[in-house]
Amino acid sequence: MTESHELVAKKLTLGYGDRTVIDGLDLRLPPGQITAIVGPNACGKSTLLRSMSRLLAPKGGQVLLDGKSVHRMPAKELARTLGLLPQSPIAPEGITVTDLVGRGRQPHQGLFSRWSRADDVAVADALDATQTAALADRSVDELSGGQRQRVWIAMALAQQTDLLLLDEPTTFLDVSHQIEVLDLLTDLNRTRGTTIVMVLHDLNLAARYSDHLIAIADGTVHAEGDPSAVLTEDIVRTVFGIDSRVIPDPITGKPLMLPIGRHHVIAEA
Amino acid sequence: MTALATPQEQSTLELVRSGRARRASRRRLVLVILVALIVAVFAVSLMVGQTFYTPAQVLGVIFGQDVPGATFTVGRLRLPRAILAVIAGLSFGLAGVTFQTMLRNPLASPDIIGISAGASAAASFAIVTLSLSGAAVSIFAIVAGLGVALLVYGLSYKGGAAGTRLILVGIGIAAMLDSLTNYVLSRAGQWDLQEALRWLTGSLNGTTWPQVLTALIALVIFAPLLLSRSGQLGAMQLGDDTAGALGVRVERTRLIVIISAVGLIAFATAAAGPIAFVAFLSGPIAARIVGPNGSVLLPASLVGALLVLVADFTGQYAFGTRFPVGVVTGVLGAPYLIYLIIRTNRAGGSL
Amino acid sequence: MTEVIPRSDSGVAAVRRPNRVRFLWLLAVLVLLVVLAWTSLVIGSRDVSFDDLVAALGGSTDNLSQAAVIKRIPRTVLALIVGAALGLSGAVMQGVTRNPLADPSILGVNMGASLAVVTGIAWFGLSTATGYLWAAIAGAGVTAVLVYVIGSLGRGGATPLKLALAGAATSAALASFITAVALPRGDIAANIRSWQIGGVGGASFESIQPMLPFFIAGVAICLLSARSLNSLALGDDLAASLGERVAIARSVAALGAVLLCGAATAIAGPIGFVGLVVPHFCRLLVGVDQRWLLPFSALTGAGLLVVADVLGRIIARPSELDVGILTALIGAPFFIAIVRRQKVRAL
Repeated sequence: MTESHELVAKKLTLGYGDRTVIDGLDLRLPPGQITAIVGPNACGKSTLLRSMSRLLAPKGGQVLLDGKSVHRMPAKELARTLGLLPQSPIAPEGITVTDLVGRGRQPHQGLFSRWSRADDVAVADALDATQTAALADRSVDELSGGQRQRVWIAMALAQQTDLLLLDEPTTFLDVSHQIEVLDLLTDLNRTRGTTIVMVLHDLNLAARYSDHLIAIADGTVHAEGDPSAVLTEDIVRTVFGIDSRVIPDPITGKPLMLPIGRHHVIAEA
Repeated sequence: MTALATPQEQSTLELVRSGRARRASRRRLVLVILVALIVAVFAVSLMVGQTFYTPAQVLGVIFGQDVPGATFTVGRLRLPRAILAVIAGLSFGLAGVTFQTMLRNPLASPDIIGISAGASAAASFAIVTLSLSGAAVSIFAIVAGLGVALLVYGLSYKGGAAGTRLILVGIGIAAMLDSLTNYVLSRAGQWDLQEALRWLTGSLNGTTWPQVLTALIALVIFAPLLLSRSGQLGAMQLGDDTAGALGVRVERTRLIVIISAVGLIAFATAAAGPIAFVAFLSGPIAARIVGPNGSVLLPASLVGALLVLVADFTGQYAFGTRFPVGVVTGVLGAPYLIYLIIRTNRAGGSL
Repeated sequence: MTEVIPRSDSGVAAVRRPNRVRFLWLLAVLVLLVVLAWTSLVIGSRDVSFDDLVAALGGSTDNLSQAAVIKRIPRTVLALIVGAALGLSGAVMQGVTRNPLADPSILGVNMGASLAVVTGIAWFGLSTATGYLWAAIAGAGVTAVLVYVIGSLGRGGATPLKLALAGAATSAALASFITAVALPRGDIAANIRSWQIGGVGGASFESIQPMLPFFIAGVAICLLSARSLNSLALGDDLAASLGERVAIARSVAALGAVLLCGAATAIAGPIGFVGLVVPHFCRLLVGVDQRWLLPFSALTGAGLLVVADVLGRIIARPSELDVGILTALIGAPFFIAIVRRQKVRAL
């Protein structure tokens, strides 16, 4: 079982060059839960995730893992606790599934990498958890979008981290694959207690699959908490600038946001 | 954590282990064959020539005995030449595949991004304008090669050196340096011109032991440095972000790797001239024979050594005139290069 | 009419100025060209006074200065023509490939032309200007197609990077061939070397004449393709939906570009970077409308080459620096600056 770790951002200011994207943000990611981060385009969601996994140095403030600054930890040590699946990972041509998943063992291997039984077990475990064992010898290039994404998640799993951050894991997938991936992430959280933090575009999927929902706008947290408290008509209007109706989803009971545009609106009786 | 594995988990584990074992053995096989081939061609190039020497005679010379006739030909001419061929080949192959892996594109060879052009320009300048020769030229070439690499890296660094920018800036700098070389050559007197051209085409003629030593030093220093990073380089193939997420210090690794690769190229070029395409071709050829199994670094360096040995040997004896090794690798390598480009572009463009 | 300010991919704001401003720029460039031509006639290893210049243009060759002017006229004319050819062909190549980094030297087209000429000289005994011209154009054409095909395979089509790499790799390959062909031939090696640098030094009207038909044809084809290039700039699909015959338009424009740079290379050797830098500069002045950009590139290219030639004569007095070297020395930093400015997408 995983241990629980607390990932906290304190007065975090992030940016590229002269541009500030996140300004003075405070955040606490609840351990052992699934957190979804939503927000309009270019609000800094990816930037936030990258900073929390040490890929981007903050201009101000800090990111703390169990009280220790993430940027002062050795990279490998952090990589054993926190894994990130970035937005567009690149798969080298011709790489097999097993090989790619095996790359996830990088943080556990020394300078002249020697493969141990523990490594093999971790890879096998990851393949099983993502149900990609059947694809083990296939080339990653040949797989479907959903399969490929599962393989990437397997790689992140092979890292055996207690926290898993995912940047838009479902954006380029069709609906069945989206559900496939999100269900898998839920399984991981429920069976292993992995803390999952994901940036999602789809508000309704975010509300459905998360325990904790965070809405980011204008470089700071606009609202956070239980999905039913965050996905409200007022907050949608403020954050996304669009009118909507929020009703309980007939399948899951979670909030379902229905956007109101200029056409095709049935006149209220 | 392993505890009792379910039957399904056990079979997956078996699958993973057997797969790994299979690939490791293939890799071992390829490495062994490559080494054997290198040794064979090395031996042949010592024995065969205008005069044929038996293995016994060759061994005698190697062990320092005085064998009439052979001591000079084998000891002073063929041996340093063959050894430099191996060292230069190892260096070019290793440096080339490193660049290609790091920049995620097989076309991104140090040949193209300015380092060879820098060394060439400096060498031409040294030979023609300053009338230097031998070690002085080598020093010029090394310093220029390193300087150009630094320049290209610096110019392409904007909060991190994007591979694309590095390549393009390198192409630009290479063009400048090539025109400088052309200018220097156009002003050259007949003899200087010959000398410069000889250097520029990459030739192992008249190799001396000091040259061998130069290249050897770089190999001994930089090769282990590079080979130890092979795991991290592999992670960097997955993209900077993914590599960072796996705990790789991307910028630092990149710096170490670039410095090592550039060092290898600069010294090897200084010793043997810019032998065309070895850096370019070794990686893709190695990738094809080893398959997508683990690091291509070591196989590529071996392929490089083999290429240079074979090219030098054929250049000497296979055609009517003696062609320097650089021309052979250039002419034979060019079509294969085009074929490789087509193949890799078609499939998506990475090693 | 509302003025729209579109932003191009490279992050440079391309402002469409009203035609009035463009006419003014056109006038300015023409005036500049006249000034530059005058400078080219006047400056050199021997500077010439105004009186002598006028007299020489009138036909008299009374003294050495006037003779110098007479000698410089064809040289200046050649520089203007070659510069125009290169600037225009570069602009067309950038338009055809939708690639801000396209240029005859970067795409290896110059090297292909060179190889054809060298092979012609070495193996087929080519010796006439017309012979060189045809060989160069053939070489340029084959190489252009080859590089484009290679660079556009795979993901993303012909991205700037892939095209540049394909060009650089092909250049390297072709350079090897040139070496292999030229190495055994000590007799022609010196000839080849001096030609390979790229210069307008030994020009005479006899040597320029054979090139003229190709130049005129190339310019005509390119300028007539301006409208098609505007459509192509929107992408193949969109251009087709606007009624453009994409493949034909592209081939025709490419033909024009190849004619121009092949002819230029045949006469003056491979000169790089003019085709790259000039269109970028012109874009800042007149925007992205090809109907303005193309003629401007031609004129600016002409001016640039004359400047390079004059500089070459001043810097290295009393001998001279060939134009190809100067364009590389000036052009490459520009190229690098352009690359640094572009928003570079990771592979």
